[in-house]
Amino acid sequence: MSVNKKIVDDLVANDVEFVTTVPCKQLAGVIDEIDACEKIYHIPSNKEDEGMGLCAGAFMGGKRPAIIMQNTAIGVTINTLVTLTQYYRMPLPMLISYRGELGEPVACQVEMAVHTKALLNQLNIPTYHFHKEEDADELDSILKYTFMCNKPVAILTDASFWKGY
Amino acid sequence: MIRSDILRDIAPIIRDHLVVCNIGLPSQELHLTDDQPTNFYMLGTMGLASSIGLGLALAQGKKVISIDGDGSVLTNFGTLPTIANNVADNFILLIIDNGSYGSTGDQPTYAGKKTSLTAVATACGCENVVECSAEDTGKTVQAALDSNKMTIIVAKCESGNVKVPVITMDPVVIRDRFMKAVQA
Repeated sequence: MSVNKKIVDDLVANDVEFVTTVPCKQLAGVIDEIDACEKIYHIPSNKEDEGMGLCAGAFMGGKRPAIIMQNTAIGVTINTLVTLTQYYRMPLPMLISYRGELGEPVACQVEMAVHTKALLNQLNIPTYHFHKEEDADELDSILKYTFMCNKPVAILTDASFWKGY
Repeated sequence: MIRSDILRDIAPIIRDHLVVCNIGLPSQELHLTDDQPTNFYMLGTMGLASSIGLGLALAQGKKVISIDGDGSVLTNFGTLPTIANNVADNFILLIIDNGSYGSTGDQPTYAGKKTSLTAVATACGCENVVECSAEDTGKTVQAALDSNKMTIIVAKCESGNVKVPVITMDPVVIRDRFMKAVQA
């Protein structure tokens, strides 16, 4: 089974029915899989804070949400994470493409990579890092944990995990 | 008429529906005028009332009215193409357009100058975009509710604020009360 299919299967198995995405090259395959999945409403958003607003609404409407985005989005969404998702205690799994790690060809991506974990740590966001393919075996538990504790939770997925792109 | 006059006028029309209300004075004014469990007050995150409302409308069947402002829509301009391309016929976006950032001291917005939010929403692909006067907002909202079509309303009014207290309700209480009303 491809890792993209496994990720989407885990989302579906955890009743995630509403997924918003802002694309990244590394995430192209999983976004295609989300789009093809009949059990998930896929709503691309134009900016990640907008996407978190959509997810907040979907959650209050009774649907489990998730967001798929790049780590650069941490810089865009701090206010939303703090004053919406965390302040109102809402769950939000964030599958994040961790650009700027080993294998990265674009130097500028490293500039945000060096801040990514520090920012997530500062925000008290539980953070998991998928580096090898088998790390994805924890996704099911991470999703259960997210909806148990009603917090945003970050899953960083680096270039080694995606085996280049 | 100013925004608080519009909110007072439409309160009886919207009170039986789910309402997502914009940060700052709009939420404080609605809270003071007609607090309802069906009201979700935004205490932070300027710009996301339309996104929260759309997500809520797509996730369940009850009618949802997002009360937004011209300044907040300008802050989250990407919302309009997302709304246009994800039609939820139980969703109404009411933009109270007073041409100013009311909560921060009535600084002018570009919507009060050359930029028409009605034209922008139409250009983004929204199909039912209605501009109305402040006085006609109530009947325009009622017509949109009756149409069962996703509608964007741009209600033009004067700039100005009334003195209202801040909302001291805990955010988790607001959210929990609101979710129970959604499920009721």
